[in-house]
Amino acid sequence: MEHISNAIQTIPLNHYIILSSIIFSIGVIGVLTRRNAIVIFMSVELMLNSVNLLLTVFSIYRNDAAGQVFVFFVMALAAAEVAVGLAIIVMIYRNTNTIDINVLNRLKW
Amino acid sequence: MGSLISISVLAIIVLYLGLYRVNKALLPVTVIGLVVAAGFAVAQWNTVARPIYSGMMLFDHYAIAFSVICILSTILIILLSKNYFERISAHVAEYYAIILFSLAGIIVMVSYHNLTMLFIGIEIMSVSLYILAGIKKRDFGSNEAALKYFLMGAFSTGFLLFGIALIYGTTGSFDLEVIRDYILSNPRDISFLFYTGILLMIVGLCFKVGAAPFHFWTPDVYEGSPTLITAYMATVVKTAGFAAFLRLFAVCFAPLSDFWTPSLLIITIITLFIGNITALYQHNFKRMLAFSSISHVGYMLFAIVAIGAASANAVFIYATAYSIASIIAFGVLMLVQQQTGNSSFDNFNGLGKSNPFLAFVLTISMLSLAGIPLTAGFIGKFFMFSRALSQYQIWLTVLAVINAIIAIFYYFRVIIAMYFNQEERTAISIPGNVSFVLGIAALITLIIGIYPGFIAHII
Repeated sequence: MEHISNAIQTIPLNHYIILSSIIFSIGVIGVLTRRNAIVIFMSVELMLNSVNLLLTVFSIYRNDAAGQVFVFFVMALAAAEVAVGLAIIVMIYRNTNTIDINVLNRLKW
Repeated sequence: MGSLISISVLAIIVLYLGLYRVNKALLPVTVIGLVVAAGFAVAQWNTVARPIYSGMMLFDHYAIAFSVICILSTILIILLSKNYFERISAHVAEYYAIILFSLAGIIVMVSYHNLTMLFIGIEIMSVSLYILAGIKKRDFGSNEAALKYFLMGAFSTGFLLFGIALIYGTTGSFDLEVIRDYILSNPRDISFLFYTGILLMIVGLCFKVGAAPFHFWTPDVYEGSPTLITAYMATVVKTAGFAAFLRLFAVCFAPLSDFWTPSLLIITIITLFIGNITALYQHNFKRMLAFSSISHVGYMLFAIVAIGAASANAVFIYATAYSIASIIAFGVLMLVQQQTGNSSFDNFNGLGKSNPFLAFVLTISMLSLAGIPLTAGFIGKFFMFSRALSQYQIWLTVLAVINAIIAIFYYFRVIIAMYFNQEERTAISIPGNVSFVLGIAALITLIIGIYPGFIAHII
C-alpha cells in the first residue's frame, strides 16, 4: 500500500487535476453532443470516474482516508444508477425499437 | 433519527405486504407508519442537537421542521393515491415502497452534516424518482419523462460530485463545520479550486431544484410523469432540494457570500422571468403548473441570495404554502383528467357550476400560488420579499413584484374558465379520501394566511 501511494505521488498534484478536468470535460461534451442514449450514458460514467480519480489523488496527497471511502460510495451509487438507467433504456427500446434520443419529442424538449 | 429508521423499515414492510398480496392494508399501513415517523421527528424537538454517526448527520430544528413538512405532504399525496396506482399496474406495493425509499433519501438530504450524506441523500431520492417517473411502462410520455429525468439527473450529479471533490481537495474534509472553519481561518488566500467547487455545486443543485437556465428538463418530466408522481416531485422533492441547498450555503459558504451572490442573483432573475413568461403561453394546465413551479423556485432562491439568520424560516413558510397549494391543484387535476382524458384549460370550463367544491378549493389554491392576501402564499412571499429588502436588494424585489403580477394572469385563467366559461358537463364524483385531502389542504392554506403567527417563528 505504501509503495502505491508513493508511486502516485511521483506525479505532481496539478497534473492529476488537469487530467481529471480534461476527462470531465470530455464527458460533458459527450452528453451535450451525442444522440444515442447509451453513449450519453457512457459519457456520464466518464464524468463520475474523473471525479473518482480526483478524490483518490486528493486523499493520498492529504493522507486522509475519507476521500477513498467517498469513492466507494460513488461507485456503489453509480452501479445503482446503471441498473435503473439501463432498465429505462430497455423499456424505451421495447416501445420504439430505437435508443436515439431524437425520437423523444412527443413532449416538447 | 427515529424517523429515518422508521421510514426505511416501513418501506420494507410495505414490500412484504405486497409479496403476500395484502393490497387492502397498504394504504393504512403506509399512512400510520408515516405518522409515526413524523411523531419521532417532533419528539426530538426539545433535545440538544449534536452531530451523530461520527458527524454525518445533525437533527437540529431546521432538519426536523423540513422532515415534518416533507412527511406531511407525502401523507397527503399518498391519501390522494387511493385506487390510482391500481389502474396502472397490479403490483401496487412497489409504488408505495419506492415513494417511501425516496422519502428516506429526502430525510437524509435535509439533515446532512457531511457532504457524503448530501450526495447519498440526493442519489437515494433521485434513483427512486427515475423509476417513479416511468411507472406507466406502456405510456410513451412516461417513458420519455423517465429517460430525460434520468439522463439530466445523472449529468447534474456529475457536476455536484466534481464540486465536492474540489472542495475536499482544498479543505481536506467533507464535514460542513470543518469547511466553514477553513474559510473563516484563511479568508485571504482561498485557492481558486475552492471557488470553482462552489460554482460547480451551484450548477449541480440548480439542476436538481430546476432553476433556469438548468430548468429545461422540468416541464417535460412533469408533463410526462403520472399526475400524482408529478405532485410528489413538485412539492416534496422541491422542498427537500431547497432545504439541502440552503443548509449548504447557510452553514458552509455564507462567509464567502460576496463571491457567489452575483451568480445566484442572475440565476434568480432569469428563473423568475423564464418561468412566468413561458407559463403565459401554455394551453395545458399540467405544463402551466410545471412552469409555475420554476417561477416559485425563483422566489425561493431569494432566501439564499439574501442569506441570513431568518432565511431558513422564510424558505420553510414559502415551501409549506407552495406545497399545500400545489397538492390541491394536482389533486383537482387528477380528478378532471380522469373524467376528460387530458389536462388542457378547456377541461375546466363550467366546473364552478357542476362541482362547486372542486372549483372553490382550486380557486383557493390558485390565489395562494399567485400570492393574494389572506392565503398562505401571500405570507410566504411577504417573508421572502422582506428578507430581500432587509439586505437592500431593492431591484431584485421590484423585479419579483413585476413577476408576481404576471403570474396572476395565468393563475386567473383557470378561475375564469371554471366560473365564467359556460359549458354543460356532468358532475365529477369525488371519492371521500380526495375531498378529505382537498378540504384539509384548503383549510391549512387559509389558516396560515389569516393567522401566520404560529408558523412564523418555528425555526
